[in-house]
Amino acid sequence: MSAIETEMTWRYVCKLDDLPVLGARVLERGEEEGGNVAVFRNDQNVVFALLDKCPHKGGPLSQGIVFGERVACPLHNWTIELKSGDAAAPDVGCTARFDVKINNGDVFVDLP
Amino acid sequence: MSTTATQVKQKLAVIGNGMAGIRTVEELLKIAPDKYDITVFGTEPHPNYNRILLSPVLAGEQTISDIVLNDWDWYKDNGINLITGRTITAIHRTRRELTTDTGEKFNYDRLLVATGSNPFVLPIEGNKLPGVISYRDIADTEAMIDAAKRYKKAVVIGGGLLGLEAANGLKLRGMDVTVVHVMPWLMERQLDEKAGKLLQGSLEAKGIEFRMQAQTEALVAGESGRVAALRFKGGEQIPADLVVMAVGIRPNTALAEKSGLQISARPGGIIVNDTMQTLTDPRIYSVGECVNHRGTAYGLVAPLFEMAKVCANHLAEYGIGRYVGSVTSTKLKVTGVDLFSAGNFQGGEGTEDITLSDPIGGVYKRLVIKDDKLVGACLYGDTVDGSWYFKLLREGKNVNEIRDHLMFGESNIGDVGHEGNTRAVSMKDTDEVCGCNGVCKGTITKAIKDKGLFTLDEVRKHTKASSSCGSCTGLVEQILMFTAGGDYSATPKMKPMCACTDSTHQHTRDAIREQKLLSVPEVMKTLGWRTPNGCSSCRPALNYYLLSTWPKEYVDDPQSRYINERAHANIQKDGTFSVIPRMWGGETTADELRRIANAVDKYKIPTVKVTGGQRIDLLGVKKEDLPGVWADIGMPSGHAYAKALRTVKTCVGSEWCRFGTQDSTQMGKDLERAMWRMYAPHKVKYAVSGCPRNCAEAGIKDVGIIGVDSGWEMYVAGNGGIKTEVAQFFVKVKTSDEVLEYTGAFIQLYREEGWYLERTVHYVSRVGLDYCKKKVVDDPINRKALWERLQFALDGEPDPWFDFDKARVDQRQFIPIKPVTPQAVTA
Repeated sequence: MSAIETEMTWRYVCKLDDLPVLGARVLERGEEEGGNVAVFRNDQNVVFALLDKCPHKGGPLSQGIVFGERVACPLHNWTIELKSGDAAAPDVGCTARFDVKINNGDVFVDLP
Repeated sequence: MSTTATQVKQKLAVIGNGMAGIRTVEELLKIAPDKYDITVFGTEPHPNYNRILLSPVLAGEQTISDIVLNDWDWYKDNGINLITGRTITAIHRTRRELTTDTGEKFNYDRLLVATGSNPFVLPIEGNKLPGVISYRDIADTEAMIDAAKRYKKAVVIGGGLLGLEAANGLKLRGMDVTVVHVMPWLMERQLDEKAGKLLQGSLEAKGIEFRMQAQTEALVAGESGRVAALRFKGGEQIPADLVVMAVGIRPNTALAEKSGLQISARPGGIIVNDTMQTLTDPRIYSVGECVNHRGTAYGLVAPLFEMAKVCANHLAEYGIGRYVGSVTSTKLKVTGVDLFSAGNFQGGEGTEDITLSDPIGGVYKRLVIKDDKLVGACLYGDTVDGSWYFKLLREGKNVNEIRDHLMFGESNIGDVGHEGNTRAVSMKDTDEVCGCNGVCKGTITKAIKDKGLFTLDEVRKHTKASSSCGSCTGLVEQILMFTAGGDYSATPKMKPMCACTDSTHQHTRDAIREQKLLSVPEVMKTLGWRTPNGCSSCRPALNYYLLSTWPKEYVDDPQSRYINERAHANIQKDGTFSVIPRMWGGETTADELRRIANAVDKYKIPTVKVTGGQRIDLLGVKKEDLPGVWADIGMPSGHAYAKALRTVKTCVGSEWCRFGTQDSTQMGKDLERAMWRMYAPHKVKYAVSGCPRNCAEAGIKDVGIIGVDSGWEMYVAGNGGIKTEVAQFFVKVKTSDEVLEYTGAFIQLYREEGWYLERTVHYVSRVGLDYCKKKVVDDPINRKALWERLQFALDGEPDPWFDFDKARVDQRQFIPIKPVTPQAVTA
């Protein structure tokens, strides 16, 4: 475990309570670093991080409605799995996902 | 109660490898893939194929492999034990055991009987001669194709759907074909006499001959022993090397009957309940053409699919979903002949007919109306509106108000964007079908073939065609019909809100009111939602229903709102937002314009545009700038992003205009101040014109007011969108106070009763204009009560651009999180 974790770059994001339940916040990154990251929280207090770009037409997923472990893209209502970043069938596509951990109410995302 | 992880799978046996049985298995695999060990028995030596498409195979338009629905690998991949070429001869119900014709035995825990139907064979002399066949399966089709190679004269007995498709196919394969029909016109169960005669004419033009009102007495053998002629009653004979009997089907219930399952005497079929369990033995289910449900045996595919869904649901022990019967429609699959019928197209007592007959152009349409509702439709030659009529029919919509143009179809009510294309067959693959999503015909046919799509909903999901404005639905259905043989959409009488629930919009609204439900989770719990917190479709609807039913009590849930209503601005394709400040009645001042100009400069807003509703739109605002832009401009929210009152558009009116009869601008301002911050099932647009020249275009608004010399005329339920709908006259009043009260009452009625995302035009067409008039115009007490309820709901409502806390605007959303220096983790 330690071998894997040392390869990770955990960045502090915010307190868990800074994330709206069934909502998301935007983690700002320049385009050259790969663009913004959306950090989601569902009603079970599970936190997910995805690239803030829908695989369909690049819509900002952070602005979508969160339900279960999914988010609906605000532009054309594609449904994206928060765990994997995969588009729900029959749509096909995938957006990048990032590891998340919560330590004493602090949220960290593994950003290279 | 105890469950173990290593539970032994139950055994599900399916008798019948046809469309209904396998559809049930497919539905079951979708929801409970690991629940059963499944064995399927099929008499025919083929995997499941689309029986409906045998006719195109016979006609040479498709091949057998084209119509296979589940190939051998599908069974293997899903772990299904498929046993073909063998027939189950006995069900031993107490031992739960099946016996095959080869003497093998199989046990089951649950059994699905999907034995379909058998063709009816006329009890006449010679009906078993070689060369006499019915038309039901691949073997029959192959026999016909083979006969067409070697013989010349074919006779088809039966002028129904199947008989005519057989005749058409045999003709295309080069045979001389005569159709013998006992009734005076063709397809008498689906068509009235006029349409039947038109159909006969166009089939005659293809070279098919007809003998109408002719009774067959016997089939006569030739020297070889094969059939050689058909003899009518009266003695006349016609030559026949091939005789196809297509005189109807009977539910195939022999096995069920032998096993002691209760069978209906007329019209036949294994009697099942609403969960598709046989009346006799709850371990035994039955679906498809062999079934009798509430006295009806269905011979079409759409109901079978509906049954399959319910049956799978019950097999999976979900305990939800009931089959309550289907309304069916018919289309004929003969290329070049367009024909559609549904419901009671023959008319009868208390019905009225609207007909259009153009024998030269080959178009005939008959619509049957009863009590202001469409109850039947029979279309010949131009069927593009079939699906629209079918929808009106199924939903039992009041059509009184569209009666005048009902005959001319949905497009007459104002479709745009299809370049007048109404016939899918004549379209090229590269022609665009869906203008909203840019989907061509070729894309749709390819998806249907490659992915095995069956229903309009599936096509919408996969291709997006007709999924936005829906005005190309008729075309998509035509394409589906020519590619897959029909639209097999289930036609539930009650449509659930979404896949999370079985509850309809109406049922949900009623429950929220009657049981005084006060939160989204409470509604979901009470009404048995299947998902933990709904989806992007039901949550906004629930939030609105709660808000409109319990104003001042329900606490708004921004996370159940679409982003526009959460950020109070309109999201654009690049993720930026647009800001539209409110300008009462469309009037502004130099000071306001100056502030807007300054904000445009300060926040580097790229585009400034004047909207159709007489407001100024600032496009390309970054989300984090929104609060600053609002504050700097200092004008109220225009709610141009919300399902709410948008604008009240006005003309200049009597203050300036030399034609104006009323002060429309002041009326517009008063209306806007009275109604703003009003959330509704969908967006709401008003307009006020000061004279009948109607420069504010009040005729295409949800509420349109037109000033005349003696007062104000009020129009409702207009729409300038996808379908241009002209607003309908509602009432004429004298004073501006009355305008406020009447419009307020009407819009409150819509707010309380409308389904989410239902515009006023759809609401009014659902409940009827007369109903709205009764509630608002004829009943002064109710009108005042409605108007008061609206004022109560709006009183003290916050402006979300300024009163963040009260409007529950989460300000954190405007502050992006900046990344923090990487934190090296050592374990």
